[in-house]
Amino acid sequence: MGVKHWMIVALLALAAAAHAGPTVESWQTSRGTKVMFVNAPDLPMVDVRVVLDAGSARDGDLAGLAGFTSAMLTEGAGEWDADDLALRLEERAIQLGSGSLRDMAWVNLRSLIEPEVLEVALDSAAAVLAEPRFDADALERVRQQMQIAVRRSLQSPSTVAKQRFFQTLYADHPYAHPPSGTEASLAAISRDDLERFHRRYYAAANAVVAIVGAVDRQTAEDIAERVTRRLPVGQHAPALPAPPAVSGSELRESFPSTQTHIYVGQSGMARHDPDYFPLYVGNHVLGGGSLVSTLGEEVRNKRGLSYSVYSYFSPMRVQGPFLMVAQTKNEQADEALQVMRETLLRFVEQGPSEKELEAAKQNLIGGFPLRIASNGKIVTYLAMMGFYDYPLDWLDTLPGKLAAVNVAQVRDAFARRINAPGGIAVIVGGSG
Amino acid sequence: MLCVRTCLAVLLLAALPAVAEISEFRLENGMKIIVKPDHRAPVAVSQVWYRVGASYEPDGITGISHALEHMMFKGTKDVGPGEFSKTISALGGTENAFTGRDYTAYFETLAVEHLDKALELEADRMRNLLLDEAEFAKEIEVVKEERRLRTEDKPSGKVYEQFNAVAWRASPYQTPTIGWMNDLEQMALEDLADWYRRWYAPNNAILVVVGDVQPEAVLEMANRHFGPLPAGDTRGQKAPAEPPQRGETRVEVKVPARQPYLLMGYKTPVVGHAEEPWEPHALFVLSSVLDGGNSARLARELVRGKGIAASAGADYDTYSRLPGMLLLDGTPRDGRSIAEVEAALREAVARLRTELIDEAELQRVVTKAIASKVFQADSLFAQAMEIGMLETIGLDWRLLEGEIEALKAVTPEQVRTVAQRYLVDENLTVATLTPLPMEQQARPAVAADGGRHGS
Repeated sequence: MGVKHWMIVALLALAAAAHAGPTVESWQTSRGTKVMFVNAPDLPMVDVRVVLDAGSARDGDLAGLAGFTSAMLTEGAGEWDADDLALRLEERAIQLGSGSLRDMAWVNLRSLIEPEVLEVALDSAAAVLAEPRFDADALERVRQQMQIAVRRSLQSPSTVAKQRFFQTLYADHPYAHPPSGTEASLAAISRDDLERFHRRYYAAANAVVAIVGAVDRQTAEDIAERVTRRLPVGQHAPALPAPPAVSGSELRESFPSTQTHIYVGQSGMARHDPDYFPLYVGNHVLGGGSLVSTLGEEVRNKRGLSYSVYSYFSPMRVQGPFLMVAQTKNEQADEALQVMRETLLRFVEQGPSEKELEAAKQNLIGGFPLRIASNGKIVTYLAMMGFYDYPLDWLDTLPGKLAAVNVAQVRDAFARRINAPGGIAVIVGGSG
Repeated sequence: MLCVRTCLAVLLLAALPAVAEISEFRLENGMKIIVKPDHRAPVAVSQVWYRVGASYEPDGITGISHALEHMMFKGTKDVGPGEFSKTISALGGTENAFTGRDYTAYFETLAVEHLDKALELEADRMRNLLLDEAEFAKEIEVVKEERRLRTEDKPSGKVYEQFNAVAWRASPYQTPTIGWMNDLEQMALEDLADWYRRWYAPNNAILVVVGDVQPEAVLEMANRHFGPLPAGDTRGQKAPAEPPQRGETRVEVKVPARQPYLLMGYKTPVVGHAEEPWEPHALFVLSSVLDGGNSARLARELVRGKGIAASAGADYDTYSRLPGMLLLDGTPRDGRSIAEVEAALREAVARLRTELIDEAELQRVVTKAIASKVFQADSLFAQAMEIGMLETIGLDWRLLEGEIEALKAVTPEQVRTVAQRYLVDENLTVATLTPLPMEQQARPAVAADGGRHGS
């Protein structure tokens, strides 16, 4: 008891010491876009990340529509076609890119703060966000590039397994289909579809701007205004439906590979889940630590079954998945699956030991400064915090919340949330 | 127009972070210590680089550097198996290792007050590793799984391995870093013990620390932990020179896949192995003119203009221990063939042999290089990598200071000259991936209430 008490005191001290998060400022642009800003004066550069609720969860019947729209942004915008745009950016070494996943679409800008350079960077970003041209030749080219990317990704048993897992877990929910779309769904998307999607979701009210760099508040306000000024005000995307309740099943699929890829999991948690911290810290013990975890010990270190074994919760707007992943040579697939399931079952029944939990907390709290050690990392956090409506002091309060998690909470949360014997298992590999 | 761009490059040059603050020390046992302070956050990255990697490995034990890297986490006299990782983890750190053709490196990223512990642990495993038979028996299986994941089941990985195997007649760059499967099968603990004794010594190692540190303090720590270690008898490894290639080499790789792929490489010099010192920089410029971004020639002409390739790229490393290759790769668009992509890439190369590149293209390369220096300064890890990679192949980190000047000095004529000298058919290797059917068939989902647990 004395030892435990001492450890808690030590952790709280550690949490307090790690308290020095960056000072986050926030405001709204004149058109209603939320802005998150951290001043980082050391390097003569600025990162701007604009995130929109325009991920594949908004695809509707056209899988890949959000991804296709995002991919078209930098293929010509405003008065510039794809060639012009690439040239004006690269003459000034400006990095401008776009992407999307299930919840979120984003446009990233990284530029030196030399005024002439920044000027061009901001104008280009504003055009890319608000005025993509969807030129016919670019559109057909990107469609094919995306179809080819889909084919290439399906050369990997891991991609196939993960896609099957999401399809099984989410059934007819908008998280079910792959954000990349399918060859057929991409073929069916028209220019009208892209323009309609863009008009609806690339709107000031549906966007958050995060800025980190060697600019003062006034300049940051100006940056946010300029980047979003051509967007329609529009509306925030509607709430997503709750995922369906899916009971456990096992899916085996054969694949011409020497390894079998195993995905085992179930419904996990949402961003503002009341069990967020117990589940997050608990999973760090189970399979979250990079070289130190229970799954790593059982599957890799003790038995040499797999190179890469881990588990994670993917917290999303509505419940994201909880997943355990491993891959092993085909003959050992059943053994690996069994070890993974037994490890989870034991973890849910017994929870982590005091010592394991303390070690995980020490890693997470002590590692906190590393997570915010670069502008690139901070801007990603800011955008995420803005997107999911986290309070401004979220980074500051994080170490304290991690420190407060105890074994009973983890055991209780896992017992309520994780149905160890009932999960979905997808097994893809040679001789299935 | 030209002036606008040139003036811009001059302006950007002012943005360059000073690199003069790097400190270099050498311990009495020969270990080199390089420290670069970066006080933006209270963290530090420590990297210990050993001058050994896949290109040092004789046939029959390929993959041994990488296998040993795995075993370095399995304990010493004082630190039990897995304890290294647990200790760093409990200090909030992340740690891992990586093996390449020319190096094996171990790193920790952690709050700066724990740097001392990281160095203590690294020093311990530099000379005191326990190589245990039971641990090895399991770990070599993990390595084989890694090979299956990265190479056996990955079409592009397979192509790359075959490509290197046929491109090099004698150069050890033919060796896959992960090792051939059969060599992993026959690898023995004594092989690892020999390898460890031979290469893991302070006089064959470089410590690079970047972060919120004072150079003298790091030296003091390094001296305390690494100083007592005895120097080793590191004789180096004689590398066979690659004989001149006398004609084009081709290899076809047939594996289950859905998409064809093309990889081409011209043998080229690198810094330290060039006839004239500007050649590698001219090759870097050439590679960037082809693939320095979306405005570069391959994206503009092959992907967008002619619409032959879905993707096309070029890659060249200015620095490596032995001469390497300028690589080109591509994937055809639907309705186009691998042969058309190859013809288009060859045509792009032929143009470089006959025509001068534009001043504007050259300027874009310089501008990008300057900005990259600034952007790279945002990452402690990238800063340490850059230094470690140079040092480990026997080059001086001070070369980094002259990099921009070296690029600015490259002329369009020099770019044409290196194209004429090196990017010629006699010097070319071509690998193509021919997809075999994947014969994929789904089985019906089985309801398994309660799972198959215990079955």
